[in-house]
Amino acid sequence: MSNAAVSALNGATVQGFARVEETGLHGMITLRGDLASAKVKKAVKEATGQDVPALRTINTGDSGAVAWMSPDELLVMVDYDQVDDTLATIESTLAGEHFLAVNVSDARAMFRVSGSGAGVREALAKLCPVDMAPGEFEPGMFRRTRMAQIPAAIWMPDAECVHIVCFRSVAEYTFNLLRDAVAEGGEVGLFS
Amino acid sequence: MLILDCPCCGVRGEETEFHSGGEAHLKRFGPGSSDDDFHGYLFEKVNPKGVHFERWRHVNGCGKWFHAARCTMTLEVFGTYSAQTLEPPQEIKDKITAKRPGWSWREFS
Repeated sequence: MSNAAVSALNGATVQGFARVEETGLHGMITLRGDLASAKVKKAVKEATGQDVPALRTINTGDSGAVAWMSPDELLVMVDYDQVDDTLATIESTLAGEHFLAVNVSDARAMFRVSGSGAGVREALAKLCPVDMAPGEFEPGMFRRTRMAQIPAAIWMPDAECVHIVCFRSVAEYTFNLLRDAVAEGGEVGLFS
Repeated sequence: MLILDCPCCGVRGEETEFHSGGEAHLKRFGPGSSDDDFHGYLFEKVNPKGVHFERWRHVNGCGKWFHAARCTMTLEVFGTYSAQTLEPPQEIKDKITAKRPGWSWREFS
């Protein structure tokens, strides 16, 4: 029996009017603490090379990303094999602070919906009570919300792609939702 | 359908993204209180037609609790405000007074 980590759906994909992919394993760390404190800012900078993001935004770069989850919580995203090192960096930087940093990589699943900008916006608009209209939801924003019956967080790395993070336990449900939302013939044309 | 603004993360969301937490501004009577006070705390909730104050949680979002002032009859939301308060802020009271002159709710008016 192998101990190699496998993502929830092992990279499942489906092609409709947009493409849905499970994007495999990602390193994710939940970081809670006082987001305004200098030490947290320093820890995030050292872990990802990014600044602490503003309200409901995500900062991304080559060495990692950090997303605003709530007034006292961030989601730090790095490569899966980097996560232990990153966690150690955060913990040593924040020593003495009141904080919490947990590796949640294996408790989350990530999906990508890509295709035309109008198509991906429409697929998400079918599932989330979020205004996906251009101008209302744009790259750089980060939104925690509900996707049908489950909690999910979404952001757009660029204008033609949406990333979704959800709990790993509901990965298959999420994939099935997205598969149905992008099914050929299901185009509503809301944003095109 | 209620449209609520979460004061913690600024999201304007619809009702299903939130979860109601019952009546707001309850004073807790726990161990050591009289039976009458404890009974009142547990069971004597108001059920007004009109202005009402409730606790809500942004359950599918930032996860924070907050307060909402709304009308139970029209589903109009007068405003939302921080959970860390013992009474509605004056600004919320003024908004309600502008729309429902003479309103009262428990000890607030």
